[in-house]
Amino acid sequence: MQQISLAHGEGGELTHQLIRDIFIQSFGHIEQTKFDSAILPIPTQTIAVTTDSYVVKPIFFPGGNIGNLAITGTVNDLAVSGATPHVITAGFIIEEGFPIESLKEIVNTMAGEAEKAKVNIVAGDTKVVEKGSVDGLFINTTGIGFLQEQHRLTPEMIQEGDAVIVSGTVGDHGVAILSARQELGLLTDVKSDCASLNDMIHGLTEEIKGVRIMRDPTRGGLATTLVELCEDFHFTIEVNEKFIPIRGDVQGACDILGYDPLYLANEGKVVMIVDSNDKQKALEILRSHEIGKDASVIGQITARHNHPGRLLLKTPVGTTRGLDRLSGQLLPRIC
Amino acid sequence: MPKMEPFTETDLIYELVEAVIDLAKRFKEEKGRIPVFMEVCGSHTMALTKTGIKARLRDYIHLISGPGCPVCVTDQKSIDAMIQLSEEPNTILCTFGDMMRVPGSKSTLMEEKTSGKDIRVIYSPLDSIKIAEENPEKEVVFLGIGFETTIPILALTIRQAERKNIKNYSIWMTTKLIEPVLSTMLQSGEVKVDGFLLPGHVAVVTGKQSYHFLVEKFAISGVITGFEPIELLSGIYKLIQLHLEKKVDVLNEYTHVVSDKGNIVAQKLIEEYLETDDVEWRGIGVIHESGLVLKGQYAQYDAKRKFNIPLGEPTQTNCRCGEVVQGLIAPEACRFFNNGCTPTQPLGPCMVSSEGTCAAHYQFMKEVSP
Repeated sequence: MQQISLAHGEGGELTHQLIRDIFIQSFGHIEQTKFDSAILPIPTQTIAVTTDSYVVKPIFFPGGNIGNLAITGTVNDLAVSGATPHVITAGFIIEEGFPIESLKEIVNTMAGEAEKAKVNIVAGDTKVVEKGSVDGLFINTTGIGFLQEQHRLTPEMIQEGDAVIVSGTVGDHGVAILSARQELGLLTDVKSDCASLNDMIHGLTEEIKGVRIMRDPTRGGLATTLVELCEDFHFTIEVNEKFIPIRGDVQGACDILGYDPLYLANEGKVVMIVDSNDKQKALEILRSHEIGKDASVIGQITARHNHPGRLLLKTPVGTTRGLDRLSGQLLPRIC
Repeated sequence: MPKMEPFTETDLIYELVEAVIDLAKRFKEEKGRIPVFMEVCGSHTMALTKTGIKARLRDYIHLISGPGCPVCVTDQKSIDAMIQLSEEPNTILCTFGDMMRVPGSKSTLMEEKTSGKDIRVIYSPLDSIKIAEENPEKEVVFLGIGFETTIPILALTIRQAERKNIKNYSIWMTTKLIEPVLSTMLQSGEVKVDGFLLPGHVAVVTGKQSYHFLVEKFAISGVITGFEPIELLSGIYKLIQLHLEKKVDVLNEYTHVVSDKGNIVAQKLIEEYLETDDVEWRGIGVIHESGLVLKGQYAQYDAKRKFNIPLGEPTQTNCRCGEVVQGLIAPEACRFFNNGCTPTQPLGPCMVSSEGTCAAHYQFMKEVSP
């Protein structure tokens, strides 16, 4: 089996081969990228920029790998900001000894996901480090997108009665990663929800004007994301536990481990606040898209404040309790 | 004609809550006070608080938490010993996740891991055997905590080590049994309860018969229940019903998994490898024959005998977890609760464990409305 060696990172023939045979094979080498920088004709309008690093373990998991995670994560950060993703750069830090076949597979997956999301990968970097310096492969990406006036989000318009919508089941990615670590003895077939949201979101913002704000509930899960929205934009949200879509097997795995699916990561979900007059239409549009078929109105804005707000959860027995952001690291319980 | 909505589980829960409240009101009318029940198991505590049942019922029924969170009752000396063990060269420590942040006298296993000690979070004790096989040049030690639910797996782990002739493996055994601690609490007379919600998972192993002592020795009722809201509410309903009918009994409301005699295979496994001993409970003290230790012939797998780790005295923290686990005080009665002791920076195990009473109250009982 061919493996990455330190020489692949020295800038010589092996580096050239690596770039030519793996990265350019998959990502292409368009005219604008033949300089030290990609020279891009960007229209004179507001741009959105985001960057993220991907260090997921394991690198391959049910429903994807670190490659499509890196693309979807960056695409989604742009899309939920109301931007149309345009280009992405990718930096690879590879551990000496990493199998070249695995690298090829990851790069191919990235190229496929980029094509699906209609973004170009325009610049990249490769570094090889000594065994033990990183855990297999890390990827850093930067994404650039355009903001179009007609798709502008309007958080300043948020008011009491606005609906909180989530585009599908929560916690799938978190449980897929836990089961892929094969430390759990959990026999679930939960796949990561890893998906690019830009097409679905674009369809939504084309049709309705009442989308106030969107976030993708990745690390910290749905609960942490909503707590941050309440604090940042000064409102209180009340969500109803029975309307939050959770797969039965995800809930089952969480029950065994003592985890709360509201705090597990998602990689293909958007949570949004929408004008109550638009909520039905928004739900229909989301549900008409394959990745939004389980979309649900989970709650509403119950108060606006001039101080940070709270996230409240209505329980099945009719009480209401406050939810905080994830505290510390998720650790499995004993029994 | 009104639209017919399907009858959902949520509707059923709601109906059951109302039925329980009605019955609890009758109890109060008859006795002049609200009933007091103890949920023994940490998972019950978490389920009762998370679903809002405890908050919804608090004006009608006093539900107090018992000593059934294994992390909460592990004595500080054991954690200190594990931290000392992690300093031994060539040693890999394995533990369950929620032990990682329990404070010892000076640090936690998490802090030791961060400073470079080889401490691994595992999900099943059997995983520690695999780690021992993969690292023959190292000593692998597992912190064996837990109640009857987990103990058979610890015995099974020793059997595997024995059959595979693994020499570099041992368990720091600090297991606990439910019957002795409940008996001790009831004998002391300090905790006054009208009945117990009995731990379903423990009963899977020990069987319904293991709780007959409640009726025979203490004339007090108990109901074995599962962990779903409907199961817990049914258990509470049955406890009040027994009182109103002036009956004392142990009922099994978890019949799909708990039998009268329990899991005989698991019981035999325990008998083969383990024997009872006087063990220390955090904040409670030593209880006669309240834990299981490895029998003499398996000494090579006993980390306490294999390593010469002196057991020091724990540092006094003024943490009141010991009183919390016996239902003597509510978490909020401890002056550190949410005042220097939070899930992010816990002072005691009841705030650390995902099954701990203080953690449950901190997360789920504040800012609630009935």
